[in-house]
Amino acid sequence: MIDVKNLHKSFGDNEVLRGIDEHIAKGEKVVVIGPSGSGKSTFLRCLNLLEKPTQGEIWFEEQNITDKKTNVDKVRQKMGMVFQHFNLFPHLTVQQNITLAPINLKLQTKQEADANALRLLERIGLADKANSYPNMLSGGQKQRIAIVRALAMNPDVMLFDEPTSALDPEMVGEVLQLMKELANEGMTMVVVTHEMGFAKEVGTRVLFMDEGVIMEQNTPLQLFENPQSTRLKEFLSKVL
Amino acid sequence: MTFQEKFVLNFIEDNRWRYLVEGLQNTIIITFFALIVGVVLGFTIALIRVTHDRTGKLKILNGIAKLYLTVIRGTPVLIQLMIMYYVVFAPFAGISKIVTAVMAFGINSGAYVAEIFRSGIMSVDNGQMEAGRSLGLNYNKTMWLIVMPQAIKNILPALGNEFITLLKETSVAGYIAIQDLTKGGDIIRSRTYEPFLPLLAVALIYLSVVLVLQAGVNKLERRLGKSDRR
Repeated sequence: MIDVKNLHKSFGDNEVLRGIDEHIAKGEKVVVIGPSGSGKSTFLRCLNLLEKPTQGEIWFEEQNITDKKTNVDKVRQKMGMVFQHFNLFPHLTVQQNITLAPINLKLQTKQEADANALRLLERIGLADKANSYPNMLSGGQKQRIAIVRALAMNPDVMLFDEPTSALDPEMVGEVLQLMKELANEGMTMVVVTHEMGFAKEVGTRVLFMDEGVIMEQNTPLQLFENPQSTRLKEFLSKVL
Repeated sequence: MTFQEKFVLNFIEDNRWRYLVEGLQNTIIITFFALIVGVVLGFTIALIRVTHDRTGKLKILNGIAKLYLTVIRGTPVLIQLMIMYYVVFAPFAGISKIVTAVMAFGINSGAYVAEIFRSGIMSVDNGQMEAGRSLGLNYNKTMWLIVMPQAIKNILPALGNEFITLLKETSVAGYIAIQDLTKGGDIIRSRTYEPFLPLLAVALIYLSVVLVLQAGVNKLERRLGKSDRR
């Protein structure tokens, strides 16, 4: 589904990604872990071209999306993204947040989009918040709404950029729960996170990134129980 | 002379109040259209500047925009008005002086409005742009649907301020022989040799217009602020 070939990314003189080759198959739940500054967020943001790779190719559903001729907006419609800081639109109600893109991109009529939004909100138990503004909600509620906002576009893959890092501890569970449900439904997911429990439980594969490369990868069980590189051993000893 | 006699002399005799009414009309016409020119111009300039700063495109337009901001903000509006009248519009003698004034004040206000808009756009967290783009909306749609509404809410007080300033700045329109509100008061004074009442009247009329403008801005602010309530 996603093919990354020799991906490099520099910010000025600072080379953040130093050659990444990776294949992500449909239905996989890939969890990316690593110390801060390792390039894991940049890697994720390259996948939907929020960051422009300086070198290398990314293929998504048989299309080279790093090609200049590719319509990036069309590609992004099929890749949902969830941010650390939710990035809900504060001037719109919860329901408008969810329906804005489908309606404006003419993918759904207003009626369809509204019905779809309410169905999604019911699913996460927040139907009564449809007409509230994001400011009135808790962090956990905001992030769950950000997730269903991305789902409203019927994406083929969901990218999560540290979705629980900005949450109060007691709200982490509800967000992870929703992500688990998504995983169980077969959604292809790429998740950058510090939640090792989630990686173990939900991940089909865990990538350990360090200094701009994927240093080690394995099934969660193998990676956590039997780390090979000293860097990974060091990292795990600090976070587990 | 009693106050009553002075009042009659300045405003009632020879229908002198009409200088003020006609003057106010011109002041409002100039302010209103200059405001539209200023907002359209300022909005465009701000978009050029922000797009250039974020994407590196529009290099030439950005250069022109910067030159415009420097020149307009670096010279007095009265000089700009006179250049517009005596130089720029001089070959077009048939064009109304009101149009000249609208262009001069509009172009002047546009420079200030541009910087206000730009600060508004920059005040919106970049995550908003990223969220919009990640949903598949293009740059323009994201700007229009997501960034601008929040930017305008943030800059409303500053924008209201600029509108008030613009209204008062048009009081120099008399320099190119437009009979605006200030000039109207001047004419009465030159007829009656009585400065106090005409000036007081002119001041009060400006103040009332500003109060109306302010009330409008406040109302808009309240309406746009409804998403802030917790």
